[in-house]
Amino acid sequence: MRFSINPEMATQEVQPNETLTNLKAESDTLKTKLEDERAKLHDVELHQVAEKVDGLGQFIMKTRRTLKGHGNKVLCMDWCKDKRRIVSSSQDGKVIVWDAFTTNKEHAVTMPCTWVMACAYAPSGCAVACGGLDNKCSVYPLSLDKNENLAAKKKSVAMHTNYLSACSFTNSDMQILTSSGDGTCALWDVESGQLLQSFHGHAADVLCLDLAPSETGNTFVSGGCDKKANVWDMRSGQCIQSFETHESDINSVRYYPSGDAFASGSDDATCRLYDLRADREVAIYSKESIIFGASSVDFSLSGRLLFGGYNDYTINVWDVLKGTRVSILFGHENRVSTLRLSPDGTAFCSGSWDHTLRVRDRGYHLEPVTSATVCLILVSSSSCLSLMPVPSPFYFIRTASFITFGP
Amino acid sequence: SQGKMARDMSDIDILKMELEQLKKEVSTPREPVSKTSKDIMDWCEAASGTDLLITGVPDDKNPYKPEKGGCIIT
Repeated sequence: MRFSINPEMATQEVQPNETLTNLKAESDTLKTKLEDERAKLHDVELHQVAEKVDGLGQFIMKTRRTLKGHGNKVLCMDWCKDKRRIVSSSQDGKVIVWDAFTTNKEHAVTMPCTWVMACAYAPSGCAVACGGLDNKCSVYPLSLDKNENLAAKKKSVAMHTNYLSACSFTNSDMQILTSSGDGTCALWDVESGQLLQSFHGHAADVLCLDLAPSETGNTFVSGGCDKKANVWDMRSGQCIQSFETHESDINSVRYYPSGDAFASGSDDATCRLYDLRADREVAIYSKESIIFGASSVDFSLSGRLLFGGYNDYTINVWDVLKGTRVSILFGHENRVSTLRLSPDGTAFCSGSWDHTLRVRDRGYHLEPVTSATVCLILVSSSSCLSLMPVPSPFYFIRTASFITFGP
Repeated sequence: SQGKMARDMSDIDILKMELEQLKKEVSTPREPVSKTSKDIMDWCEAASGTDLLITGVPDDKNPYKPEKGGCIIT
Protein backbone atom coordinates (compact mmCIF):
# COMPACT_ATOMS: atom_id res chain seq x y z
CA MET A 1 0.00 0.00 0.00
CA ARG A 2 1.38 3.39 -0.78
CA PHE A 3 0.22 6.95 -0.79
CA SER A 4 2.67 8.58 -3.16
CA ILE A 5 2.05 9.76 -6.64
CA ASN A 6 4.86 8.73 -8.99
CA PRO A 7 7.49 11.46 -9.30
CA GLU A 8 6.36 13.89 -11.94
CA MET A 9 8.37 13.94 -15.08
CA ALA A 10 9.62 17.49 -14.82
CA THR A 11 10.16 19.17 -18.10
CA GLN A 12 13.90 19.28 -18.41
CA GLU A 13 16.39 20.28 -21.01
CA VAL A 14 16.37 17.73 -23.83
CA GLN A 15 18.39 14.71 -22.77
CA PRO A 16 19.55 12.70 -25.75
CA ASN A 17 17.57 9.44 -25.60
CA GLU A 18 20.89 7.80 -26.27
CA THR A 19 22.30 8.67 -22.84
CA LEU A 20 19.28 7.22 -21.05
CA THR A 21 19.52 4.11 -23.25
CA ASN A 22 23.26 3.78 -22.68
CA LEU A 23 22.89 4.09 -18.94
CA LYS A 24 20.09 1.54 -18.96
CA ALA A 25 22.19 -0.86 -21.02
CA GLU A 26 25.17 -0.44 -18.71
CA SER A 27 22.91 -1.01 -15.72
CA ASP A 28 21.45 -4.16 -17.27
CA THR A 29 24.94 -5.49 -18.03
CA LEU A 30 26.03 -4.91 -14.44
CA LYS A 31 22.85 -6.50 -13.09
CA THR A 32 23.57 -9.59 -15.20
CA LYS A 33 27.18 -9.64 -13.96
CA LEU A 34 25.95 -9.36 -10.36
CA GLU A 35 23.51 -12.23 -10.97
CA ASP A 36 26.34 -14.34 -12.41
CA GLU A 37 28.66 -13.63 -9.50
CA ARG A 38 25.92 -14.55 -7.06
CA ALA A 39 24.93 -17.63 -9.07
CA LYS A 40 28.47 -19.03 -8.98
CA LEU A 41 28.11 -19.50 -5.24
CA HIS A 42 24.56 -20.82 -5.40
CA ASP A 43 25.67 -24.41 -5.08
CA VAL A 44 22.78 -25.73 -3.01
CA GLU A 45 19.32 -24.77 -1.72
CA LEU A 46 18.68 -24.04 1.96
CA HIS A 47 15.94 -26.67 2.18
CA GLN A 48 18.36 -29.29 0.81
CA VAL A 49 20.90 -28.46 3.49
CA ALA A 50 18.05 -28.76 6.00
CA GLU A 51 16.80 -32.16 4.85
CA LYS A 52 18.26 -33.89 7.87
CA VAL A 53 16.60 -31.51 10.32
CA ASP A 54 13.58 -32.91 12.17
CA GLY A 55 10.24 -31.71 10.91
CA LEU A 56 8.14 -29.56 13.22
CA GLY A 57 5.08 -31.79 13.28
CA GLN A 58 1.68 -30.55 14.29
CA PHE A 59 1.63 -26.91 15.13
CA ILE A 60 -1.19 -25.25 17.03
CA MET A 61 -1.23 -21.76 18.44
CA LYS A 62 -3.86 -20.16 20.60
CA THR A 63 -5.10 -16.62 20.94
CA ARG A 64 -4.65 -15.72 24.59
CA ARG A 65 -5.65 -12.06 24.53
CA THR A 66 -7.66 -9.86 22.21
CA LEU A 67 -7.01 -6.14 22.65
CA LYS A 68 -10.07 -4.12 21.74
CA GLY A 69 -10.28 -0.37 21.89
CA HIS A 70 -9.09 1.12 18.65
CA GLY A 71 -11.86 2.76 16.66
CA ASN A 72 -10.33 1.99 13.31
CA LYS A 73 -7.68 -0.06 11.50
CA VAL A 74 -4.64 -0.99 13.57
CA LEU A 75 -1.60 -0.14 11.44
CA CYS A 76 1.41 -0.80 13.63
CA MET A 77 2.45 -2.21 16.98
CA ASP A 78 5.57 -2.73 19.07
CA TRP A 79 6.43 -4.51 22.32
CA CYS A 80 8.02 -2.94 25.34
CA LYS A 81 11.19 -4.65 26.61
CA ASP A 82 9.25 -5.60 29.75
CA LYS A 83 7.56 -8.27 27.54
CA ARG A 84 4.19 -7.16 28.74
CA ARG A 85 3.34 -3.74 27.38
CA ILE A 86 2.40 -3.03 23.81
CA VAL A 87 2.04 0.22 21.88
CA SER A 88 -0.27 0.29 18.87
CA SER A 89 -1.34 2.96 16.40
CA SER A 90 -4.37 3.32 14.22
CA GLN A 91 -5.91 4.96 11.17
CA ASP A 92 -8.06 7.16 13.42
CA GLY A 93 -5.01 8.88 14.86
CA LYS A 94 -4.99 7.11 18.22
CA VAL A 95 -1.91 5.60 19.82
CA ILE A 96 -2.63 3.24 22.73
CA VAL A 97 -0.32 1.61 25.26
CA TRP A 98 -1.70 -1.69 26.58
CA ASP A 99 -0.84 -4.13 29.32
CA ALA A 100 -1.07 -7.35 27.31
CA PHE A 101 -1.45 -9.54 30.41
CA THR A 102 -4.55 -7.73 31.70
CA THR A 103 -5.67 -6.13 28.38
CA ASN A 104 -5.95 -2.80 30.21
CA LYS A 105 -5.23 0.40 28.34
CA GLU A 106 -2.58 2.32 30.21
CA HIS A 107 -2.17 5.37 27.99
CA ALA A 108 -3.89 6.86 24.99
CA VAL A 109 -2.77 9.72 22.79
CA THR A 110 -4.63 11.34 19.92
CA MET A 111 -2.29 12.40 17.16
CA PRO A 112 -3.07 15.49 15.10
CA CYS A 113 -3.12 13.33 11.94
CA THR A 114 -4.89 10.20 10.77
CA TRP A 115 -3.10 7.07 9.50
CA VAL A 116 -0.49 6.70 12.20
CA MET A 117 1.48 4.13 10.25
CA ALA A 118 4.42 3.79 12.56
CA CYS A 119 4.95 3.39 16.27
CA ALA A 120 7.77 2.12 18.45
CA TYR A 121 8.52 1.61 22.13
CA ALA A 122 11.67 3.17 23.57
CA PRO A 123 14.17 0.65 24.99
CA SER A 124 13.76 2.16 28.47
CA GLY A 125 10.00 1.68 28.32
CA CYS A 126 9.58 5.32 29.24
CA ALA A 127 8.50 6.71 25.89
CA VAL A 128 6.88 5.84 22.59
CA ALA A 129 7.49 7.22 19.12
CA CYS A 130 4.89 7.49 16.36
CA GLY A 131 4.03 9.20 13.12
CA GLY A 132 2.33 8.83 9.76
CA LEU A 133 0.59 11.25 7.43
CA ASP A 134 1.98 14.17 9.41
CA ASN A 135 5.39 13.33 7.84
CA LYS A 136 6.95 13.45 11.29
CA CYS A 137 8.11 11.11 13.99
CA SER A 138 7.21 12.38 17.46
CA VAL A 139 8.27 11.05 20.84
CA TYR A 140 5.85 11.00 23.80
CA PRO A 141 7.33 10.40 27.26
CA LEU A 142 5.02 8.04 29.17
CA SER A 143 3.91 9.48 32.43
CA LEU A 144 3.16 7.42 35.52
CA ASP A 145 0.28 9.79 36.14
CA LYS A 146 -2.52 8.38 33.99
CA ASN A 147 -4.34 11.68 34.04
CA GLU A 148 -1.51 13.64 32.59
CA ASN A 149 -2.00 14.89 29.08
CA LEU A 150 0.72 13.10 27.15
CA ALA A 151 0.30 15.34 24.13
CA ALA A 152 1.62 18.30 26.13
CA LYS A 153 5.08 16.74 26.44
CA LYS A 154 5.31 15.62 22.83
CA LYS A 155 8.61 16.17 21.06
CA SER A 156 8.85 16.36 17.26
CA VAL A 157 12.00 14.56 16.23
CA ALA A 158 11.96 13.62 12.55
CA MET A 159 10.77 15.65 9.59
CA HIS A 160 10.33 14.00 6.23
CA THR A 161 8.77 15.40 3.09
CA ASN A 162 6.26 12.58 2.85
CA TYR A 163 4.54 10.09 5.15
CA LEU A 164 6.41 8.25 7.88
CA SER A 165 6.16 4.53 7.16
CA ALA A 166 8.27 3.05 9.98
CA CYS A 167 10.34 4.07 12.97
CA SER A 168 12.58 2.34 15.46
CA PHE A 169 14.72 3.44 18.39
CA THR A 170 18.31 2.27 18.12
CA ASN A 171 19.77 0.58 21.19
CA SER A 172 18.99 3.61 23.36
CA ASP A 173 16.26 6.22 23.79
CA MET A 174 18.58 8.77 22.23
CA GLN A 175 18.34 7.94 18.54
CA ILE A 176 15.53 7.05 16.16
CA LEU A 177 15.71 5.55 12.71
CA THR A 178 12.87 6.40 10.31
CA SER A 179 11.71 5.44 6.82
CA SER A 180 9.44 7.50 4.64
CA GLY A 181 7.29 7.78 1.53
CA ASP A 182 9.83 10.39 0.42
CA GLY A 183 12.18 7.51 -0.54
CA THR A 184 14.71 7.97 2.24
CA CYS A 185 15.59 6.61 5.65
CA ALA A 186 17.10 8.82 8.31
CA LEU A 187 18.77 8.66 11.72
CA TRP A 188 17.83 11.38 14.23
CA ASP A 189 18.99 12.59 17.62
CA VAL A 190 15.91 12.56 19.83
CA GLU A 191 16.98 15.32 22.21
CA SER A 192 17.86 17.94 19.60
CA GLY A 193 15.84 16.68 16.62
CA GLN A 194 19.00 16.88 14.57
CA LEU A 195 19.41 14.75 11.45
CA LEU A 196 22.48 12.59 12.05
CA GLN A 197 22.55 10.60 8.81
CA SER A 198 20.34 10.14 5.81
CA PHE A 199 20.14 7.11 3.56
CA HIS A 200 19.47 7.56 -0.14
CA GLY A 201 19.18 4.74 -2.64
CA HIS A 202 15.59 3.65 -2.89
CA ALA A 203 13.89 4.80 -6.07
CA ALA A 204 10.43 5.02 -4.49
CA ASP A 205 8.66 5.03 -1.10
CA VAL A 206 10.45 3.16 1.68
CA LEU A 207 7.86 1.11 3.57
CA CYS A 208 9.76 -0.70 6.31
CA LEU A 209 13.02 -1.08 8.17
CA ASP A 210 14.65 -3.29 10.79
CA LEU A 211 17.82 -2.83 12.81
CA ALA A 212 20.40 -5.61 12.90
CA PRO A 213 20.71 -7.44 16.24
CA SER A 214 23.18 -5.39 18.26
CA GLU A 215 25.90 -8.04 18.20
CA THR A 216 26.21 -7.79 14.44
CA GLY A 217 27.15 -4.16 14.23
CA ASN A 218 25.65 -0.98 12.96
CA THR A 219 23.51 -1.93 10.03
CA PHE A 220 19.85 -1.95 9.17
CA VAL A 221 17.71 -3.22 6.31
CA SER A 222 14.93 -1.33 4.51
CA GLY A 223 12.32 -2.38 1.95
CA GLY A 224 10.39 -0.28 -0.52
CA CYS A 225 7.96 0.21 -3.36
CA ASP A 226 10.90 -0.15 -5.75
CA LYS A 227 10.83 -3.89 -4.85
CA LYS A 228 14.30 -3.55 -3.33
CA ALA A 229 15.61 -4.51 0.06
CA ASN A 230 18.70 -2.48 0.96
CA VAL A 231 21.19 -3.12 3.74
CA TRP A 232 22.79 0.09 5.08
CA ASP A 233 25.84 1.05 7.10
CA MET A 234 24.46 3.39 9.75
CA ARG A 235 27.66 5.34 10.27
CA SER A 236 28.58 6.06 6.65
CA GLY A 237 25.09 6.19 5.17
CA GLN A 238 26.20 3.83 2.40
CA CYS A 239 24.12 1.03 0.98
CA ILE A 240 26.20 -2.12 1.45
CA GLN A 241 24.00 -4.69 -0.25
CA SER A 242 20.83 -4.57 -2.31
CA PHE A 243 18.39 -7.31 -3.28
CA GLU A 244 15.76 -7.07 -5.98
CA THR A 245 13.93 -10.37 -6.39
CA HIS A 246 10.45 -9.49 -5.20
CA GLU A 247 7.88 -8.71 -7.85
CA SER A 248 6.08 -5.99 -5.95
CA ASP A 249 6.31 -3.62 -2.95
CA ILE A 250 8.19 -4.93 0.07
CA ASN A 251 5.96 -4.21 3.07
CA SER A 252 8.06 -5.69 5.85
CA VAL A 253 11.65 -6.71 6.57
CA ARG A 254 13.03 -8.48 9.63
CA TYR A 255 16.50 -9.76 10.53
CA TYR A 256 17.04 -13.42 11.23
CA PRO A 257 18.03 -13.55 14.94
CA SER A 258 21.69 -14.37 14.21
CA GLY A 259 21.96 -11.27 12.04
CA ASP A 260 23.27 -13.25 9.05
CA ALA A 261 20.06 -13.08 7.06
CA PHE A 262 16.76 -11.23 6.84
CA ALA A 263 13.21 -12.03 5.73
CA SER A 264 10.85 -9.88 3.71
CA GLY A 265 7.10 -9.84 3.04
CA SER A 266 5.70 -8.41 -0.15
CA ASP A 267 2.57 -7.53 -2.10
CA ASP A 268 3.68 -10.29 -4.50
CA ALA A 269 2.22 -12.76 -1.91
CA THR A 270 5.60 -14.22 -1.02
CA CYS A 271 7.99 -13.98 1.88
CA ARG A 272 11.67 -14.49 1.14
CA LEU A 273 14.88 -15.13 3.02
CA TYR A 274 18.06 -13.32 2.00
CA ASP A 275 21.42 -14.64 3.16
CA LEU A 276 23.77 -11.70 3.76
CA ARG A 277 27.03 -13.62 3.53
CA ALA A 278 26.06 -15.48 0.37
CA ASP A 279 24.62 -12.17 -0.85
CA ARG A 280 21.49 -13.74 -2.33
CA GLU A 281 17.94 -14.88 -1.81
CA VAL A 282 18.01 -18.44 -0.44
CA ALA A 283 14.36 -19.26 0.16
CA ILE A 284 10.89 -18.28 -1.04
CA TYR A 285 7.91 -18.94 1.20
CA SER A 286 4.90 -19.16 -1.04
CA LYS A 287 2.01 -21.32 -2.15
CA GLU A 288 -0.16 -21.12 -5.23
CA SER A 289 -3.15 -20.74 -2.93
CA ILE A 290 -1.70 -17.64 -1.29
CA ILE A 291 -2.47 -14.75 -3.60
CA PHE A 292 -2.78 -11.81 -1.22
CA GLY A 293 0.13 -9.67 -0.13
CA ALA A 294 2.16 -10.28 3.00
CA SER A 295 2.10 -7.14 5.11
CA SER A 296 4.28 -8.06 8.04
CA VAL A 297 6.84 -10.72 9.06
CA ASP A 298 8.74 -11.80 12.15
CA PHE A 299 10.84 -14.77 13.29
CA SER A 300 10.55 -16.89 16.40
CA LEU A 301 13.52 -16.75 18.80
CA SER A 302 15.55 -19.48 17.13
CA GLY A 303 14.67 -18.28 13.65
CA ARG A 304 13.06 -21.63 12.84
CA LEU A 305 9.61 -20.14 12.41
CA LEU A 306 8.63 -17.20 10.22
CA PHE A 307 5.26 -15.62 10.93
CA GLY A 308 3.68 -13.75 8.04
CA GLY A 309 0.58 -11.59 8.34
CA TYR A 310 -1.36 -11.35 5.08
CA ASN A 311 -4.02 -9.22 3.44
CA ASP A 312 -6.33 -12.27 3.24
CA TYR A 313 -6.79 -11.94 7.04
CA THR A 314 -4.60 -14.95 7.88
CA ILE A 315 -1.21 -15.54 9.44
CA ASN A 316 0.90 -18.21 7.77
CA VAL A 317 3.58 -19.85 9.86
CA TRP A 318 6.57 -21.09 7.82
CA ASP A 319 9.34 -23.55 8.59
CA VAL A 320 12.25 -21.28 7.67
CA LEU A 321 14.71 -24.13 7.03
CA LYS A 322 12.48 -26.51 5.10
CA GLY A 323 10.51 -23.86 3.24
CA THR A 324 7.13 -25.39 4.09
CA ARG A 325 4.10 -23.93 5.81
CA VAL A 326 3.46 -25.47 9.23
CA SER A 327 0.29 -23.68 10.18
CA ILE A 328 -2.31 -21.16 9.10
CA LEU A 329 -3.87 -19.01 11.81
CA PHE A 330 -7.35 -17.58 11.47
CA GLY A 331 -9.18 -15.15 13.68
CA HIS A 332 -8.72 -11.67 12.37
CA GLU A 333 -11.68 -10.33 10.43
CA ASN A 334 -9.73 -8.08 8.14
CA ARG A 335 -6.18 -7.63 6.88
CA VAL A 336 -3.34 -8.39 9.23
CA SER A 337 -1.23 -5.24 9.09
CA THR A 338 1.43 -5.72 11.75
CA LEU A 339 3.01 -8.56 13.67
CA ARG A 340 5.82 -8.87 16.25
CA LEU A 341 7.32 -11.48 18.48
CA SER A 342 7.41 -10.60 22.18
CA PRO A 343 10.91 -9.79 23.52
CA ASP A 344 11.25 -13.13 25.36
CA GLY A 345 9.81 -15.10 22.45
CA THR A 346 6.90 -16.60 24.40
CA ALA A 347 4.18 -15.04 22.30
CA PHE A 348 3.53 -12.90 19.29
CA CYS A 349 1.08 -10.08 18.73
CA SER A 350 -0.73 -9.27 15.50
CA GLY A 351 -2.68 -6.13 14.64
CA SER A 352 -5.38 -5.89 12.02
CA TRP A 353 -7.67 -3.64 10.04
CA ASP A 354 -10.42 -5.32 12.11
CA HIS A 355 -9.45 -2.80 14.85
CA THR A 356 -8.05 -5.44 17.21
CA LEU A 357 -4.76 -6.91 18.29
CA ARG A 358 -4.32 -10.56 19.22
CA VAL A 359 -1.65 -12.14 21.38
CA ARG A 360 -0.99 -15.79 20.62
CA ASP A 361 1.27 -18.46 22.01
CA ARG A 362 1.87 -22.18 21.81
CA GLY A 363 -0.13 -24.18 24.34
CA TYR A 364 1.89 -26.72 26.27
CA HIS A 365 -0.85 -29.29 25.97
CA LEU A 366 -3.41 -29.72 23.27
CA GLU A 367 -6.56 -28.83 25.08
CA PRO A 368 -9.59 -31.12 24.96
CA VAL A 369 -12.69 -29.70 23.41
CA THR A 370 -15.18 -29.44 26.26
CA SER A 371 -17.77 -27.01 25.02
CA ALA A 372 -20.17 -27.62 22.21
CA THR A 373 -18.40 -27.04 18.96
CA VAL A 374 -19.42 -26.44 15.44
CA CYS A 375 -17.81 -28.74 12.98
CA LEU A 376 -17.44 -27.19 9.59
CA ILE A 377 -16.45 -28.90 6.43
CA LEU A 378 -15.70 -26.46 3.68
CA VAL A 379 -15.14 -27.86 0.25
CA SER A 380 -14.80 -24.83 -1.92
CA SER A 381 -14.26 -21.12 -1.60
CA SER A 382 -17.87 -20.47 -2.50
CA SER A 383 -18.97 -21.89 0.82
CA CYS A 384 -16.35 -20.01 2.82
CA LEU A 385 -17.07 -18.34 6.11
CA SER A 386 -18.00 -14.74 5.63
CA LEU A 387 -15.25 -12.14 5.44
CA MET A 388 -12.55 -14.57 4.41
CA PRO A 389 -11.37 -14.21 0.86
CA VAL A 390 -9.45 -17.47 0.97
CA PRO A 391 -9.38 -18.79 -2.56
CA SER A 392 -8.37 -22.39 -1.96
CA PRO A 393 -10.26 -25.22 -0.36
CA PHE A 394 -9.56 -25.67 3.34
CA TYR A 395 -11.08 -27.79 6.07
CA PHE A 396 -11.36 -28.44 9.77
CA ILE A 397 -11.03 -31.95 11.07
CA ARG A 398 -12.36 -32.69 14.49
CA THR A 399 -10.81 -35.71 16.11
CA ALA A 400 -11.63 -37.23 19.46
CA SER A 401 -9.64 -34.76 21.45
CA PHE A 402 -8.62 -31.72 19.46
CA ILE A 403 -9.25 -29.68 16.38
CA THR A 404 -6.64 -29.30 13.72
CA PHE A 405 -6.61 -26.89 10.84
CA GLY A 406 -5.47 -28.12 7.49
CA PRO A 407 -4.27 -25.97 4.67
CA SER B 1 25.61 13.49 3.21
CA GLN B 2 23.29 15.64 1.15
CA GLY B 3 21.73 13.29 -1.35
CA LYS B 4 18.54 14.17 -3.14
CA MET B 5 15.22 12.48 -2.48
CA ALA B 6 14.17 9.98 -5.15
CA ARG B 7 11.13 12.03 -6.05
CA ASP B 8 13.27 15.10 -6.79
CA MET B 9 15.58 13.22 -9.12
CA SER B 10 15.18 12.82 -12.84
CA ASP B 11 15.14 9.35 -14.37
CA ILE B 12 18.75 9.82 -15.49
CA ASP B 13 19.88 10.74 -11.99
CA ILE B 14 18.14 7.72 -10.55
CA LEU B 15 19.81 5.47 -13.15
CA LYS B 16 23.23 6.98 -12.38
CA MET B 17 22.66 6.36 -8.68
CA GLU B 18 21.70 2.74 -9.34
CA LEU B 19 24.72 2.27 -11.60
CA GLU B 20 27.10 3.56 -8.88
CA GLN B 21 25.55 1.13 -6.46
CA LEU B 22 25.75 -1.84 -8.86
CA LYS B 23 29.46 -1.21 -9.50
CA LYS B 24 30.11 -1.44 -5.76
CA GLU B 25 28.00 -4.52 -5.30
CA VAL B 26 29.55 -6.57 -8.09
CA SER B 27 32.74 -6.74 -6.04
CA THR B 28 31.05 -7.49 -2.67
CA PRO B 29 32.76 -10.44 -0.96
CA ARG B 30 30.42 -13.44 -0.78
CA GLU B 31 30.53 -17.06 0.37
CA PRO B 32 28.95 -20.19 -1.08
CA VAL B 33 25.37 -20.99 -0.04
CA SER B 34 26.42 -24.49 1.05
CA LYS B 35 28.52 -22.93 3.79
CA THR B 36 26.29 -20.03 4.80
CA SER B 37 23.08 -22.12 4.83
CA LYS B 38 24.72 -24.65 7.07
CA ASP B 39 25.69 -21.85 9.46
CA ILE B 40 22.10 -20.54 9.49
CA MET B 41 20.81 -24.04 10.16
CA ASP B 42 23.37 -24.75 12.89
CA TRP B 43 22.57 -21.48 14.67
CA CYS B 44 18.87 -22.29 14.50
CA GLU B 45 19.28 -25.79 15.88
CA ALA B 46 21.50 -24.59 18.70
CA ALA B 47 18.85 -22.03 19.71
CA SER B 48 15.82 -24.29 19.30
CA GLY B 49 15.75 -25.42 22.93
CA THR B 50 15.10 -21.85 24.06
CA ASP B 51 12.47 -21.10 21.42
CA LEU B 52 9.29 -21.19 23.49
CA LEU B 53 7.03 -21.08 20.47
CA ILE B 54 8.53 -24.41 19.42
CA THR B 55 8.85 -26.09 22.81
CA GLY B 56 5.69 -24.61 24.28
CA VAL B 57 5.38 -23.20 27.80
CA PRO B 58 3.92 -25.10 30.77
CA ASP B 59 0.74 -23.44 32.01
CA ASP B 60 2.28 -22.57 35.37
CA LYS B 61 4.98 -20.54 33.63
CA ASN B 62 2.74 -18.96 31.05
CA PRO B 63 1.69 -15.38 31.85
CA TYR B 64 -1.18 -15.79 29.42
CA LYS B 65 -2.30 -19.10 30.91
CA PRO B 66 -5.82 -19.90 29.91
CA GLU B 67 -8.73 -20.02 32.35
CA LYS B 68 -9.65 -23.50 33.43
CA GLY B 69 -12.37 -25.28 31.60
CA GLY B 70 -13.24 -24.99 27.97
CA CYS B 71 -11.02 -23.66 25.30
CA ILE B 72 -11.01 -20.87 22.83
CA ILE B 73 -11.28 -21.96 19.24
CA THR B 74 -9.72 -19.42 17.01
